[in-house]
Formats: sequence, structure tokens, C-alpha cells
Amino acid sequence: MSKSIKHHLTDDLLMAYAAGNLPEAFDLMVATHLSLCDHCRARAESFEAVGGQVLEDQAQTAQMGSDALAATMALISQGAPTPKPAHKKCAVLPAPLQDYVGGDVNDIRWRPVGMGVKQAILPTTNEATARLLFIPAGAAVPDHSHRGIEMTMVLQGAFSDEVDHFARGDVEIADQDLEHMPVADISEDCICLAVTDAPLKFTKLMPRLFQPFLRI
Amino acid sequence: MFTEIDIATMDEPAADSVPPQPWRTNKRIKGKPVNGTKKSCDTRAEWVNHIKRIRDAQDQAAFAELFQHFAPRVKAFLIRSGSDATTAEECAQEVMATLWHKAHLFDPSRATVATWVFTIARNKRIDVIRKQRRPEPEELDWGPEAEPEQDDVIALQQETAQLRTAILALPEAQRELIEKAYFGDLSHREIASQTGLPLGTIKSRIRLALDRLRHAMN
Ligand SMILES: [Zn+2]
Repeated sequence: MSKSIKHHLTDDLLMAYAAGNLPEAFDLMVATHLSLCDHCRARAESFEAVGGQVLEDQAQTAQMGSDALAATMALISQGAPTPKPAHKKCAVLPAPLQDYVGGDVNDIRWRPVGMGVKQAILPTTNEATARLLFIPAGAAVPDHSHRGIEMTMVLQGAFSDEVDHFARGDVEIADQDLEHMPVADISEDCICLAVTDAPLKFTKLMPRLFQPFLRI
Repeated sequence: MFTEIDIATMDEPAADSVPPQPWRTNKRIKGKPVNGTKKSCDTRAEWVNHIKRIRDAQDQAAFAELFQHFAPRVKAFLIRSGSDATTAEECAQEVMATLWHKAHLFDPSRATVATWVFTIARNKRIDVIRKQRRPEPEELDWGPEAEPEQDDVIALQQETAQLRTAILALPEAQRELIEKAYFGDLSHREIASQTGLPLGTIKSRIRLALDRLRHAMN
């Protein structure tokens, strides 16, 4: 739990997460942030309370089959599904990310994308893409703009760009109007979770060469 | 984790009767829901004890009452969300079985039973209808040692009842948009800024509960 988070999720995203309407990659971003931020967790759970009202006050209910309760008791008697193995305490990856990496920070399968930057694409549905980014201390991510939304959350280290300074737990939400070049702080290698719902568009010729590797 | 809430005036939770349908069918006086919000508030609090009875005593009678109230709502919710009736029936049974198995994880200082059932039904919809995984935040629970304060539980349950009253007082068109969003009829782009929802109080209440929980965990 980080107390110093400055950049939070928007109401729109939290409501869509509570309602269950986001692409999986964005769900992963929200779940990861909520694991570190009780401020946003409380906001998300208040949107879930609205869902509870909607469920409760539906205009019509649907009658269950006559043997439904007995069938459910039979289901219950088969026992609880085996619980997921407990997550290790990891200073970098909160529990939802450990599930997608299949381990902790040492199990991330990085691929180099040039200039010391590495990435690992996480397995989600393809409406949107989630990937972990590794930016060496002091290095820059190629200057790029976006066709859709790009969200970046810091897990380790920190970065700065034209907008502000972002540290662990902080989320930067960039849309097509923002052309930015994040630079990692010099003190530590930076690891981020980045989610996009459209391909990145690189603005300089050189970085464009990297685009095929930065599969989105 | 659970707290006794004494409800002398408690009606038996309506089983087969058609519940009031204030969202759609009733003419409302602005800001003033016509159907017994008081009763509904009490019903809500009563369900907390039902979950406790399931957790502590595997109480099948308590489960049967919860089932009669919530299973038809979960099934209707899944049908509205695009499921066929057969799938919705099966899924509603699975949702109710999950409620039994996870009774020990329910935190009444952060959610009503209706809210909790909603989250289980929503996850089932994502799993079965949208066929995708649902990443959830790191789980926080009181564990076997600690319990939430009774005052916090009562306050959360009451404030959720007030939230309901406030939602019912919203203009019809806005309520319909909110409903659509939660049934998955709108994409996340389309629900942009469907707020105006009076969530300040309940958000502060949940935040307080989270602070106490963190304190108990440390
Ligand atoms: Zn936050």
C-alpha cells in the first residue's frame, strides 16, 4: 500500500471496471492500481454498491427452475473449487500481475526492443494490450503519440515526461493529444505496466523501426 | 467479521412475491420513492446475518431464503446481459454456490449482500458470456482473528439504503443509463461521465473501513 500516489484512475474507468465493461487489459490495469491504492479501491467499491442496487431493483426477476435449489445444494456438496495458490510478497508485482506473469518479478520473460528498453506482453484478450516495460535508469522511451488511450502505471523506479513525475502506483493516462517521451529516473531501473487500446504511433523515423517489435 | 443487527420489525424476505419495481413502473413523487425503502433497508441488514449463519453453521434454511431472493435476480441480470435462459439458470446456481463457499470473505463493513452478490454475478458474466479472465485486486480480509466494528457495519448498510433512495430520485433517463451500464449494454466509452451519482458518503465510509482493515492486518 503506497500512501504517496498522486495520479489516480478516473471515475469513468472505475465505474466501467465495477460494471464489468472493460477490455481485459484495462481490467488488469485497474486491479493492479487498486491493489496499491485504497483511495481508488473505495471509489471502485462505491460504484459496485450502485451495481448492487441495480441487481436488487430490476423491473423483472427470472423464475428459477423448480429443482434449482436442490441442484445448487448438490453443487455445493461437491466442495469449494481449489483456491488459487497464495501470492508471494513481491515488492514490484501486486497479486493480479503475478497471476499474469505466472510468478514474481524474476519470472518476467523480457524481450529487448532496443536502446536497453525491454518489454513483456501479457496474455489478455486482444481488444487491448497489456505489457510490462523495463526502462533502464536514465533512459528514454521513444517519442510517440497514440491513436487510442495509453495508460502507464509505475511499479518500480519512476519516470518523468512533459506532464509530470510518476512514481510507484502513479498512473499516467495519455490520449491522442499527448505526444510524450517518458524518461526513467537515474536512481533506479523503471518497471511499468502499460495498457493500450490501439497501436502506438511513433513520431520520429528512427523509433518507427522499433514499432514492429512493440507489438500492440 | 459479522455483527448481529437486531431487527425487530423485520419482515420475512419476500420469496415469490413480485418485488416493488420503483425504477420503472411506478409514478414517483420527485425525491420520494413510493415503495417501502424502510423495509428494504431492514431486509438488507437481515441478509448480513444470513451470510453469517451460512459461514458459521452451514445453515441451509438461511441459504434457501437468500436463494429465493437473489437467484431470480441474478438470473434476470444475466439474461439482460445477453445470456440465454438455460445458461443464465446454470450460472445463477453457480453464483449462489459461490456465495456459500465464500461466505467467510464477505465484509459487511464494505458492502451489502446485494452488492456482494452483484460482484459475483458480474464476474460470472465476464467469465461465461464475455469469455475473459477477470483480474481482481489483491484480496483483503479480516482473517479469523479480527472483525469489523458493529457501528461500521450498521453505518455502511444504512448508507447504502440512502444511496438507493438517492438513485431512485434521479431523473428516469439517467437511471436507465446507469442500469444499462451495469447490464453491460454500454461500452466503457459510452458511459463516460454517467456520474452525478451521489457516492461521496458511501465512498468515505468504505475508505474508513479499509483503513481499519489495514490497521487490523498490520
Ligand atoms: Zn488511486
